[in-house]
Amino acid sequence: MSLGPAEVAKIAHLARLAIREQDVPAYARNLSAILELVEQMNAVDTSGIIPLANPLDMAQRLRADDVIEADQRAHFQAIAPRVEAGLYLVPKVIE
Amino acid sequence: MHDKTIAQLSAGLAAGEFSSEELTRSLLERIEQFNPGLNAFITVTDDVALSQARAADERRRQGQAGPLTGVPIAQKDIFCTDGVRTSCGSRMLDRFIAPYNATVVEKLNAAGMVMLGKTNMDEFAMGSSNENSFYGPVRNPWDLDAVPGGSSGGSAAAVAARLTPAATGTDTGGSIRQPAALCGLTGIKPTYGRVSRWGMIAYASSLDQGGPLARSAEDCALLLGAMAGFDPRDSTSVDRPVPDYVAALDRPLTGLKIGLPKEYFGEGLDGAVARAVAAAIAEYRKLGATVLDISLPNTHLAIPAYYVIAPAECSSNLARFDGVRYGHRCDQPKDLLDLYTRSRAEGFGPEVTRRILVGTFALSAGYYDAYYLKAQQIRRLISNDFQQAFAQVDLIAGPTSPTVAFNLGEKVDDPITMYLSDIYTIAVNLAGLPGLSLPVGFVGQRPVGLQLIGHHFAEECLLNAAHRYQQITDWHTRTPPAFA
Repeated sequence: MSLGPAEVAKIAHLARLAIREQDVPAYARNLSAILELVEQMNAVDTSGIIPLANPLDMAQRLRADDVIEADQRAHFQAIAPRVEAGLYLVPKVIE
Repeated sequence: MHDKTIAQLSAGLAAGEFSSEELTRSLLERIEQFNPGLNAFITVTDDVALSQARAADERRRQGQAGPLTGVPIAQKDIFCTDGVRTSCGSRMLDRFIAPYNATVVEKLNAAGMVMLGKTNMDEFAMGSSNENSFYGPVRNPWDLDAVPGGSSGGSAAAVAARLTPAATGTDTGGSIRQPAALCGLTGIKPTYGRVSRWGMIAYASSLDQGGPLARSAEDCALLLGAMAGFDPRDSTSVDRPVPDYVAALDRPLTGLKIGLPKEYFGEGLDGAVARAVAAAIAEYRKLGATVLDISLPNTHLAIPAYYVIAPAECSSNLARFDGVRYGHRCDQPKDLLDLYTRSRAEGFGPEVTRRILVGTFALSAGYYDAYYLKAQQIRRLISNDFQQAFAQVDLIAGPTSPTVAFNLGEKVDDPITMYLSDIYTIAVNLAGLPGLSLPVGFVGQRPVGLQLIGHHFAEECLLNAAHRYQQITDWHTRTPPAFA
């Protein structure tokens, strides 16, 4: 599958990446080449094959729904770009 | 002191020939002298190292030292280190001071190891040459025009140049084994779930696995014994006892069945690399192993499947970098969307961007079945190939990489060519198997690596086979002349 500039722009929006206009053609070219590579998979009939998500075929382990972590909000917020009164600051979302 | 293995350093420390502080100071001096030319370290942690070294010496005085106490190590900059910058090779995390230690770091600290610093790497572990680092490329100590491999390129270069006796690495598609091969080292990627991924910044969560790079299989056995084990904080960690890897090293190889997959010796394999690998296989015959030809018929599908699964998981994992809670934030965002999109675009380099885009596409509505599910079905076929092979043989052997180290800049403009350099390592991650690379010769001045692949949790067998080979050969003892 070959991706054009409009498709790249759409994917970039889904991925929340601001790609510069002048870089879009190069990404379209690279992405198309990568998709061409991965489409070699289509030569194989995989009907009936169960997808393998975990290489050991194991399910995610669950734990009891107990509080096990201490509150470290101040510690973790110390590395945030902008915080105030324990809250993360972002541009105004609601006018 | 810098040319000693961990086993030798451990003996020297135990005998009181030198203290950990003396050893640490001498290596910090070497780092200061050689790192500017290699760029193997992103951050050198002198203060942490000296304080850990003094604590290790004190522990020894109290009779509490273990085999790794006081031995220096470098951490790949993907492992979170409390209070120390953890950049993951990215502008996104250039100013990120980790607020906690990864489990691997905790475990090595508990063993009394001394952290010299954080090593350079391809951004978010995406790359095979270390040229995708925000902090610039790393040079290969064997030939400064060559890449060290990637993504654990800084770790490999630092060990090869004798700036540290060992380093940690992570391997999602070959990122421990390929740089180990290209730098003449021994490195092991354990079975998926063997080493905790907690605090190891995620790239592709169903493939990522941490492990050591060192000078010998014996050193890797010592380190893996300290790194491995169940961790309740990693939901994919496997609850299974850690064997004594060192105790298994000397077992005879008589009767060991080694399979050579014909797909690993075909088109694309450099002739001189093939000859070095064949010579190593001949040594294994001398050690009593039986060598059989086998087939892994879906090998050619490993790279296609990987370049769906790894980008898909990466696009999901890297969604957390939003410019809000930590990491890079753009200046003057005009609204929330602008904050997200510009912070991410400024924070990520081109290869990470490409993989996020590919993954986002593969997971998007209408394409999920054709790409992501299809790739997971192919992944099952690849895993089945290995299962069938391990019904016949104990180990699989072949080249780690189709060529020796390539030149800096040689593949940087062509992502696909770069991807193909991982042709022999990627399937191992898809199947979750352990794989080890050990040095078996040179082409010119650039090292050749042999890859050994084992069944799930057969790390003992891999380390044993590598160690026995290293008892009768001396490739692993060679030092790059400029760093002797």
